[in-house]
Amino acid sequence: MTDKPKETNESRRQFIKNTGLVAGGLVGGTLFGGLLTNQFQKKPEIQDVKNISGGLQEARVFINRARDFDILSAATERIFPKDDLGPGAIELSVPYFIDKQLASEWGTNAKEYMKGPFISDIKEAGNHNVQRRQDSQGPNSGTQIPTPSPRYHTILNRGEMFTLGLRKMDEVAQKEFGKGFVELDPDKQDEVLHMFEEDKVEMKGVGSSNFFHLLLQTTIEGAYADPVYGGNKDMMGWKMKEYPGPQMGYLDKIGEEKFIKMEPTNLRNYQGH
Amino acid sequence: MAVKLDKVDVVVVGTGWAGGVVSAELSKAGYKVIALERGKNVIRADYIGVKDELRYTNRYEMMQNLAPETITSRNYLDEIALPVRTRQEMMVGTDLGGGSVHWAGATYRWKPYDFEIRSKTIERYGKDKIPEGMAIQDWGITYDEMEKYYDRWEKTAGTSGEPDPIGDKRSSDYPNPPMKESPAVRLFKDTTKKMGYHPYQVASGNLSKAYTNPDGEKMGQCMFCSFCTQYGCDFGAKSDPLVTVIPTAMKTGNFEVRTGAYVRRVLYSGGKATGVLYVDTMTGEEFEQPADVVVLAAFTFTNNRLLMLSNIGQPYNPNTRKGVIGRNFNGQFGITFLGARGYFKNKKFNYYMGAGALGGTLSDFAGDNFDHSKLDFINGGGIELRQYGDGAIATNHVPKGTPKWGPEFKKNSIFYANRSLVVWYTSATMSWWHNFTDLDPTYKDIYNDPLLRITNRYTDQDRNIAKFGIEKSREIMKAMGADIIDEDEVPQEFDHVYSGGHYAGGVIMGADPATSAVNNYLQMWDVDNLFVVGGSAFPQFAGHHPTATIGALGYRAAEGIEHYLKNGGQLAKGKQGGTSA
Repeated sequence: MTDKPKETNESRRQFIKNTGLVAGGLVGGTLFGGLLTNQFQKKPEIQDVKNISGGLQEARVFINRARDFDILSAATERIFPKDDLGPGAIELSVPYFIDKQLASEWGTNAKEYMKGPFISDIKEAGNHNVQRRQDSQGPNSGTQIPTPSPRYHTILNRGEMFTLGLRKMDEVAQKEFGKGFVELDPDKQDEVLHMFEEDKVEMKGVGSSNFFHLLLQTTIEGAYADPVYGGNKDMMGWKMKEYPGPQMGYLDKIGEEKFIKMEPTNLRNYQGH
Repeated sequence: MAVKLDKVDVVVVGTGWAGGVVSAELSKAGYKVIALERGKNVIRADYIGVKDELRYTNRYEMMQNLAPETITSRNYLDEIALPVRTRQEMMVGTDLGGGSVHWAGATYRWKPYDFEIRSKTIERYGKDKIPEGMAIQDWGITYDEMEKYYDRWEKTAGTSGEPDPIGDKRSSDYPNPPMKESPAVRLFKDTTKKMGYHPYQVASGNLSKAYTNPDGEKMGQCMFCSFCTQYGCDFGAKSDPLVTVIPTAMKTGNFEVRTGAYVRRVLYSGGKATGVLYVDTMTGEEFEQPADVVVLAAFTFTNNRLLMLSNIGQPYNPNTRKGVIGRNFNGQFGITFLGARGYFKNKKFNYYMGAGALGGTLSDFAGDNFDHSKLDFINGGGIELRQYGDGAIATNHVPKGTPKWGPEFKKNSIFYANRSLVVWYTSATMSWWHNFTDLDPTYKDIYNDPLLRITNRYTDQDRNIAKFGIEKSREIMKAMGADIIDEDEVPQEFDHVYSGGHYAGGVIMGADPATSAVNNYLQMWDVDNLFVVGGSAFPQFAGHHPTATIGALGYRAAEGIEHYLKNGGQLAKGKQGGTSA
């Protein structure tokens, strides 16, 4: 094949046809399911986590089990839901953003101090210091995500915390409501999330609120980081917020009283590709 | 066995403003200078086209890698200190130019009161105004003596500003005019002027126009692109060592910088420093770099730790309150930037635009500019409104009572994304006998050397000054017309989050060798050829940002080192007694 298919549904269909994937029986699988069905169906009110259509570029690179990914997707959608302002976490491709982050040096804690000893009583160590909101004070209060910053004191890296946390969410859902997290009604999903947020769940090696706040932080990052990281799909997060992305500068506009709404750009454009 | 290299005149550890100024001045004077930097080699091109909020603001791209080394932290002497493990909790610069490359650019001179705080407080309010255990000291130098160094550094840095209407004596104007005003800054200035205060434009290291400094270095004009604090400048329009003092030193032919050089010891024999021992982090090889003069100009933590690891100077003992290395740890922590956030229902600001030092400020409640007779604290701080240019991830401020996630959070965070402003009080931090640094007994760095341990807690002074600042900020925000005003809460205790980059002390300046480690040329009292330059020299922290003072101290130290290289000996005469707690 010499022609590279463009990122449109039309060319994807063409691509599928040309390569014989449809004939090969992959239709209806997780990869193309959303793409093909969405043309005929109205979008459901609540996002169906099974139909996350990230497009041909998206695939899991950290999370192994599809079930874990579905739990992640459902949870992020509750944190940042689709509403009349615009898309929610799933449509913004936040779960793929988080998956990629967990595979990065941040997810593996490559630049954090990870030498022991890790003292055994985690609570005493301030691991659960989540009452204060770091973002509301201090010299960086203008730049921090609205999540508390607990004192990090666990041998687990962030990727390991997510794997444990997502599975724990399913366990708690089963125990409390007799269904897996993905299958729960949204208000029951919220109840499970609140249990994690309020540290009511016992987790091995880490406080459940620490896991929850990482989930919250990465969900917001995924909605608003440059699309190059896999989230903020089509800059839809930025458009909701009227944020213009990386612009050359505002020398001629900085003094203006009126709010200026600009068509956003992104790193890919800014760097001239 | 370390490879012994050829001796040079001066070896400098660290390449931020402190090390950069010293390197430039001494290599210009004809001395052979080698600077060692443990971070990467970077040039301007490293920061062109990388306007990436996630990478720089949220993942701390320009901050120290903590895997090899961090600090440990505790509040009280009888506690076990725990490592500060993540870059979210510990933000310290790295790479060529150090923290001076990611700085915002806000430029303040410290006040005459700051340099003679103990004497002036006693003079005006009596001895009882200083509580038992507050270890504030005079610097051993006055503002009048510091003025020419401030002036010199402002010209090197191309500082853009206007004089503080109630500020102190200046020998000349800022080299560049103030930055443009934004509507939010205008609102702050107009409002506070009506309230009877004396607002002015924050003096800035983001340049208001293209500029060539006295060393011939060219800088660009600030574009207000908003990718400034925690970023390197896309346009060479922020005054940092990469566009000023490092190229100046390079041009002389007398200067060499070695990056990836992790210094482990100051070598010391017979009362003199003989050089430094460092590891090349790319190969693991050890080198010994001999020099006539050793300059420690690294971050506060590193300056403290290297002296302790090298057994130089008398370590501070909090139980006897004697000893000098590690005493008076201070700096700006969460509690020193509290204020009030206002939400405007019917007004939108272009808050995605901005620059690190774009802002309005006033010093009516700074230093000793106001009467403290009936107040339960000393000193003060600047009141600021800054328009950094908020990123999209950052603009999630919502009025108190809004849930932290879910539909209501989403709605409010989007509605208020360009409708909230913050006014804060950059209050001063006083030093105490119980706040100090030493070596941690448990945790080690990558080479198995002990980490630096910080013992630090808040006092009534900190909490009272913060309350005062929040109240003033709230009044201003109200007069600015905000519909909802949320005040910051005053924390009871220090939370071990080192997120602002401004930590100081431990190797402090003074006139008395019993209570200070270095004289007013930053020369160690008991090691004549060892100079320790930077924030580590602050005996306490003033109520304004530190960078200009560090730049000025760099010039002062360079002058001292030159005196020493010509004539040798101790440059100051120690005065005994009476300046400390």
